[in-house]
Amino acid sequence: MNAEWRWDFAIEILPQMLWATLNTILAAGVGYAIAAIVGLLFLLGQRTPIKIVNMINREIVEFIRSTPLLIQLFFVYFVLPQFGITLSAWVCGMITIGLHFGTYLSEVYRGALEGVPKTQWEACRALNFSTFYTYRKIVLPQAFPIAIPGMGNYLVGIFKDTPLLSTIGVAELFHAATAVGGYNYRYLEPYTIVGIIFLTLSIPAAMWIRKLEKNVNLAQGKIKKEQL
Amino acid sequence: MSYFAFLSEHGPTMLLGTVTTIKVLVCSTILYVIISLIFGLMRLSKNPIIQGTATVYIEFFRGTSLLVQLFWFYYVLPFFGLTLEAFTAGVVAIGMNFGAYGAEIVRGGILAVPKGQWEGAFALNFTPAKRMRKIIIPQIFPIILPPAANLTVELLKATALVALVTVVDLTFEAKQINSITWLSAQCFGTALLIYYIISRFFLVPFLRWLEVLAARKVGKDKI
Repeated sequence: MNAEWRWDFAIEILPQMLWATLNTILAAGVGYAIAAIVGLLFLLGQRTPIKIVNMINREIVEFIRSTPLLIQLFFVYFVLPQFGITLSAWVCGMITIGLHFGTYLSEVYRGALEGVPKTQWEACRALNFSTFYTYRKIVLPQAFPIAIPGMGNYLVGIFKDTPLLSTIGVAELFHAATAVGGYNYRYLEPYTIVGIIFLTLSIPAAMWIRKLEKNVNLAQGKIKKEQL
Repeated sequence: MSYFAFLSEHGPTMLLGTVTTIKVLVCSTILYVIISLIFGLMRLSKNPIIQGTATVYIEFFRGTSLLVQLFWFYYVLPFFGLTLEAFTAGVVAIGMNFGAYGAEIVRGGILAVPKGQWEGAFALNFTPAKRMRKIIIPQIFPIILPPAANLTVELLKATALVALVTVVDLTFEAKQINSITWLSAQCFGTALLIYYIISRFFLVPFLRWLEVLAARKVGKDKI
């Protein structure tokens, strides 16, 4: 084994890696969509006025949040077939990521809703708006900008956790790198390329989220143009 | 096979794995705390080289996946003649990754210390080093501990990844037992429970205790 970086090998495997990157992006996108919906469900469980539902919801969220995603993946992938439900690795991965990050997103949503001042609710009550109308026209438009940074961060977070899917055999970027590395007995180039691809995707994404956050705050009148 | 029979047969193995997990947790927590303090301070330096180094480090480790870093440390570093033991590679990768996140928390904490404290230290003619050490740093702990506690719980979860570079921790043992017995629900369920118990009944109460302690140190507990 020598430490020399071989350009010919790197260029040879590059198309394969870029192709697998599409799978990674797809996994992150689908996982995020599921997580966003699951997060809403957990939020609903948290805000129902039934005490027992709140309690169970909190315990479930707490449990999912404090156990590793990796074992959750194994659990879903290996245990469901024992109950006669055989799902492909892709589906298992998406379900697990959706559940895991759904708990985080529900916290983001909760924080955003609580970030809307109480007086806004009281004003709506005074104006005799219905609950639905209050949410749709007054609360949600104000809560959304508060939620944007958190939601964006978890999108990048999910993207960075997709390599875990390779452990149950989802053919994403990291899986491709391991396969290529094992086939050629060279891990230097594949893993380095994976790192570079992750950097080139996640740093612009993080910057874009920061910009979005500023724009939303600007549109909301929370900060002035001169402050930028 | 009942669950109790499973526990009596495989429980000791899993406990051994748990000990390794806790070792990884403790070692990488110490490493990440040191790295976050150093790089958090470097990030605020006025020297562009020092600040640039810290920024590149933080962006690099936050921009790539922990798993990729872990594999890089374990499989790629030997190419450069630096062979790390699996345990060391795991601890270093996790410590450096979380150190990057922690550095941002430290930076935010230092910036959040009220301006009057800086001015007071300046008025008393403290040197910058002494001002940092005696006035600012002691006050950042109540500010940074709540986010750092969240990060530490994340770190506990991240320790599961070291199983993938052949460290024989709880996750590794669970996988191993699964491949022998195919009692997936039992072994992965038990592993999930153990992680939950460590986090809920040991790690989180300990971090809360630290928060109370830090608040008391600066006299903020009476609010």
